[in-house]
Amino acid sequence: MSNWAEFFAMGGYGIYVWPSFVIVTVVMVGLALQSWFDLRTQKRLIAELEVISEKEKP
Amino acid sequence: MMAFLALITREVRLAVRVGGGGGMAVFFFLITISIVPLGIGPDLNLLSRIAPGMLWVALLLSALLTLDRLFQGDQEDGTLDHLLMGTMPLELIVLAKGIAHWLTTGVPLIVAAPVLGLLLNLPIEGMGPMMFAMSVGSPALSLLGAVGAALAVGVKRGGLLISLLVLPFYVPVLIFGVSATRAALIAVPGDMEGRSLMLLGAVTLTSFVVGPVAGAAALRANVN
Amino acid sequence: MTWSIHTFASPTRFMAFSSIVLPYVWAAAIAFIAVGMYLALFVSPADYQQGESVRMMYIHVPTAWLSQFGFGLMAFASAIALVFRHPLADVAAKSAAPIGAAFTFLALVTGALWGKPMWGTYWVWDARLTSVLVLFFLYLGYMAIWATIEDPNRAARVAAVLALVGAVNLPIIRFSVDWWNTLHQPASVFRLDGPTIHPSLLWPLLIGAIGFTLFFIAVHLVRMRAEILRRRVRTLQMQRAAT
Repeated sequence: MSNWAEFFAMGGYGIYVWPSFVIVTVVMVGLALQSWFDLRTQKRLIAELEVISEKEKP
Repeated sequence: MMAFLALITREVRLAVRVGGGGGMAVFFFLITISIVPLGIGPDLNLLSRIAPGMLWVALLLSALLTLDRLFQGDQEDGTLDHLLMGTMPLELIVLAKGIAHWLTTGVPLIVAAPVLGLLLNLPIEGMGPMMFAMSVGSPALSLLGAVGAALAVGVKRGGLLISLLVLPFYVPVLIFGVSATRAALIAVPGDMEGRSLMLLGAVTLTSFVVGPVAGAAALRANVN
Repeated sequence: MTWSIHTFASPTRFMAFSSIVLPYVWAAAIAFIAVGMYLALFVSPADYQQGESVRMMYIHVPTAWLSQFGFGLMAFASAIALVFRHPLADVAAKSAAPIGAAFTFLALVTGALWGKPMWGTYWVWDARLTSVLVLFFLYLGYMAIWATIEDPNRAARVAAVLALVGAVNLPIIRFSVDWWNTLHQPASVFRLDGPTIHPSLLWPLLIGAIGFTLFFIAVHLVRMRAEILRRRVRTLQMQRAAT
């Protein structure tokens, strides 16, 4: 258990090491999610527009 | 050649008459330098130490002010399309406009600089070298600025966008210019002033190529 | 620009290709990152001088590398777009920019957090960090053009010119910043990477760097797909408005 405490302390540098890892994770995951949501939105818009143009065909 | 000089003359006359010229830039230069002591304190020793850097920074910012008018007027009244279809290469047109900008904005700023240097307690012996360095470096400001103006032509209130695009490219001019100015004031080993001036000159010469070529490419990208 | 039946062949092929390839790229990225970070946090030894803070190197170096990679990719794609007018080239350039900017931001933040224990201050105007800061401004300027000009074809061309001007100027800027930094040499000399990198440090770094790069590629492909669809949406909407 003391091993975990040492691990989190990172030799006193914990306050720098962990925020770096956290912010890198947050930004990368956020970027991936935003990109994926954007793609989903575009797919949905295309589906909607194609339905509408089908309906409008003479 | 005659057409080239005629274009420069036209641009200079327009700037002086219509007011896109250096008066406003010099005014901005003056105000910016004046508020520095208000922000930092009147300690003359401190001011004289930061004077070269502050004067160059203010020079950069002031040069930016008149850039958005470089191509905007021509784009609005159709002269730009005319110039694009004309016989003079677009690169020469951009070069002419850049030179005109330097004549109407850059040169007035250089003339004003020593006077403003007095406000920051710049030593007298530094003023000559500073003006020389600014003369070597300020054409680069106009030519690189022309690239920014060409990129943002047609954008509403594009002045801010131009500043954002162009300031990173101004960094070498700033660094070498200040170094040349400070080397004249502080004894530095090695011919620092000469080296800085040569590097500054190299940047300006490069801008004489990059400016017209990139500016023309940007105009074509915008107008096609 | 209307997408003719011929130009549609290229984006369509890309959509098909990317949908097949993406799952594998994601899987590989996650695998490499997981292994790399595990090695970085649990297996690799603490540094003789820097102690445990050296573990930040394993994320700082890849983010710095990707900030450069992203700009190079953007400039290369922009060159292709201007010279060959390949329809996918400006899509590739536009899609790469936010990813590169994000990694540049991360390089600055992790650099600052690594710098505090090493140098005593969060921000230090050393040549590398200063150059990365200027690179960040170039990314932002590039993205500002796409955000400001409405016509995507015009925005693509203008942004491409900026990317190339930026690529040409970047070595000059970096040289001047380096030069400036040696003028104002601080009292002590800072060595970020130490004399030579010991193998036990090198492998986690490489594995992590490969993982981060695969992540970049995966997100890039996703964004390119979204951008291609976005243009199709715009075309469809404009066609509807015209009828």
